[in-house]
Amino acid sequence: MVGNPNCGKTSLFNALTGSNQKVGNYPGVTVERCSAPIHLGDTVAELVDVPGLYSLAANSEDERVATDVIQGKTEQPDLLLCVLDALHLERNLFFFSQLADQGFPMVVAVTMGDLLQRRGSKLDTARLAQLLGVEVIEVVGHKKQGLAELREALARNLEHPRSPSCEVGFPLELETKVAVLSERLARIGMDVSKTEVRHALLNPESPLVASLQDLPEILAYVAAAREEVSQLPEIGPSFDLEKRYAWAGMVAKAVTSQGVQHRSRTDRIDALLTHRVLGLAVFVGVMYVVFQSIYTFAGPLMELIEGAFAWMGERVQPLVSGHPVLESLVIDGLIAGVGGVVVFLPQILILFFFISVLEGSGYLARAAFLMDRLLGWAGLNGRAFIPLLSSFACAIPGIMAARVMPDPKARLATILIAPLMSCSARLPVYVLLIGAFIEPQFGAFWAGFALFAMHFLGLLVAIPVVYVLNRRVLRGTRLPFVLELPPYQLPKWRDVWLAMYFRGKLFLKTAGTIIVAMSLVIWALSYFPRSEADVARYEASFDAAAHSEATDEELAAARDQHVQSELLRHSYLGRFGRAIEPVFTPIGFDWRISTGILAAFPAREVVVPSLGILFGLGGDADEESSDLRHAIQQATWPDGSRLVTPYTAVGLMVFFALCCQCMATLAAVKRETNSWKWPTFMFVYMTALAYLGAWLVHLVGVVAG
Amino acid sequence: MESIPLNSTKTFWDLRAGMSARVVKACSDCPHGLRMQELGLTQGVEFKVTKVAPLGDPIEILVRGVRLCVRRKEMLDFEIEILE
Repeated sequence: MVGNPNCGKTSLFNALTGSNQKVGNYPGVTVERCSAPIHLGDTVAELVDVPGLYSLAANSEDERVATDVIQGKTEQPDLLLCVLDALHLERNLFFFSQLADQGFPMVVAVTMGDLLQRRGSKLDTARLAQLLGVEVIEVVGHKKQGLAELREALARNLEHPRSPSCEVGFPLELETKVAVLSERLARIGMDVSKTEVRHALLNPESPLVASLQDLPEILAYVAAAREEVSQLPEIGPSFDLEKRYAWAGMVAKAVTSQGVQHRSRTDRIDALLTHRVLGLAVFVGVMYVVFQSIYTFAGPLMELIEGAFAWMGERVQPLVSGHPVLESLVIDGLIAGVGGVVVFLPQILILFFFISVLEGSGYLARAAFLMDRLLGWAGLNGRAFIPLLSSFACAIPGIMAARVMPDPKARLATILIAPLMSCSARLPVYVLLIGAFIEPQFGAFWAGFALFAMHFLGLLVAIPVVYVLNRRVLRGTRLPFVLELPPYQLPKWRDVWLAMYFRGKLFLKTAGTIIVAMSLVIWALSYFPRSEADVARYEASFDAAAHSEATDEELAAARDQHVQSELLRHSYLGRFGRAIEPVFTPIGFDWRISTGILAAFPAREVVVPSLGILFGLGGDADEESSDLRHAIQQATWPDGSRLVTPYTAVGLMVFFALCCQCMATLAAVKRETNSWKWPTFMFVYMTALAYLGAWLVHLVGVVAG
Repeated sequence: MESIPLNSTKTFWDLRAGMSARVVKACSDCPHGLRMQELGLTQGVEFKVTKVAPLGDPIEILVRGVRLCVRRKEMLDFEIEILE
């Protein structure tokens, strides 16, 4: 299934195949390969949705993937289903004329005919079929019109294939030379399309010419032929393009009843939504509603999921109690790990609901149009707006939302900076440290300012990062930014639900496996080694000291916390934390904070309960708990000096703001970029930035005293 | 080839909302120039500026029945003349 971008391909694909699609990647690249079985009467075929193309002359690596599929270089298609958008028939026919040159059997589906009709124009499909030489079926995917006829036509053409004929009207002199050259190349085993041969005869810089350097005889023929051809009237390097467009314009005129375009409704809406002042105001309002909804609607759902997992833990506990290792593995490792993944699901579903509604209605393109200038100077483009804004809630849906960007380099740049936006999981850390160190000393105003500054920091750092990425890491030619503002329409609910379903499923499947595995590793590191003897020893050391607790209950709780914190201190994770302490001392962190940071690498929100255990308060501490604030305020270095000063607190917050402490994010980046290279790169650069940032803050603290 | 008077050659920087223009010369060797020609902006074609974004760029043009948003600074491979 091939066609221009935005020609209604996805809608038609969904309508033809239902919900059985398989989403994967083409080998080695990030281009998504979407395919599904399609029932054609008695037979079942595989329908592959090839990424949208404007032309067969591939401009980028990713377009090369699509053109290779069409030209049968990666997998030989039995039949092409070419989708033509009736509203933009001329440009779609230009692409068709290139496809026709390939000589593959083809069936044409025309979409958007209903919208054309609403504009008072009509398409003569019989005449179009006659001119193109293949079957032409008009379809309205979401209303299921024409789908049965299309299935029949596909089945018929698989039995008796028909290839298109399209006489673009190249001069005979040119076509004879194209035929001669094609034949000579075929004889030496080079299978080259007519388009490429024609391009070589018109342009000395054609890629085909470059590949002929070892064949002086043919090269000489090409040069001679080009010389002759260039004598023909009106021939230039763009001759091929111009001729095709002339043909496409002629066909389009012949099959549509009138060319006048009425877009009154869309134009009236656009007068408001892309207005200089009002357009921006509406945009801010829309974004506010979207993100407010994500916070308000996701909150209760996330609590519900957390509650469900806690409940599940309670149900399971009796089954495994008596086996302390198994109990901890299942409750703290497995259930907590899976729960930690599933809890992100509501945010992802809600965000993708809004993205598909905005995309389906046509507003997403307007948002990109409005924001392009703002993001353009940093080397991004307008389409990066939604992914980056989403990342303030959570980087994972943000990274997944970068799919709306067709330019692979811009998309990668957006993915790589998305986790710098301050996500909601960082909030507990900020709340804890600001509550403990900023608010008591500097007052509520500076506390609020610190919270704002922490959210702003990531955005501020992202700008130079993108700048460097574009110049150093993601070099190479970039496609021009091209955007179409489609007519406004009601979103197709079926497409909205399918988008939510597939994104949700994909997230649970890929991110889930990696996060669960990592949580188990961290669990094991923080649990082992431990033995009954250790527990007894820590209990004894607690009993040996004097205690002021009033009741037996309090004493038992304090004893339990002491044992927990000693166990963690002596676990592999604790040992590693102490071993790595020298690395963190220059930025003002001791082994307890270092261990907390290490434990937080799979998921940063883990740091608060970890610090609770490390500072001897038990794992139930949360950011609002005044005990933990107090314990951290009072903590000292071995020499008695205060461990956490306001500078250390800010340093720690900066560290958390910039560091990539989220397995789920790395898993999502792995999934989206289809390689370990980019998640590794992201992890390294963000950790380095975090360390550098915290070090700078510490340095200021030392200088300022 | 007829020569073009210097003062009538304009670029995409000179376009304002509502203007009509014609492509005088398109660069086929420039990567952007080729892509934009594939999108219909071939030599001699006329187009109309239908929108200018609130921040001045990008602009939306109507060419061959298609409304296309482009960045002015990425369209400098094209020489244009303004019709009205």
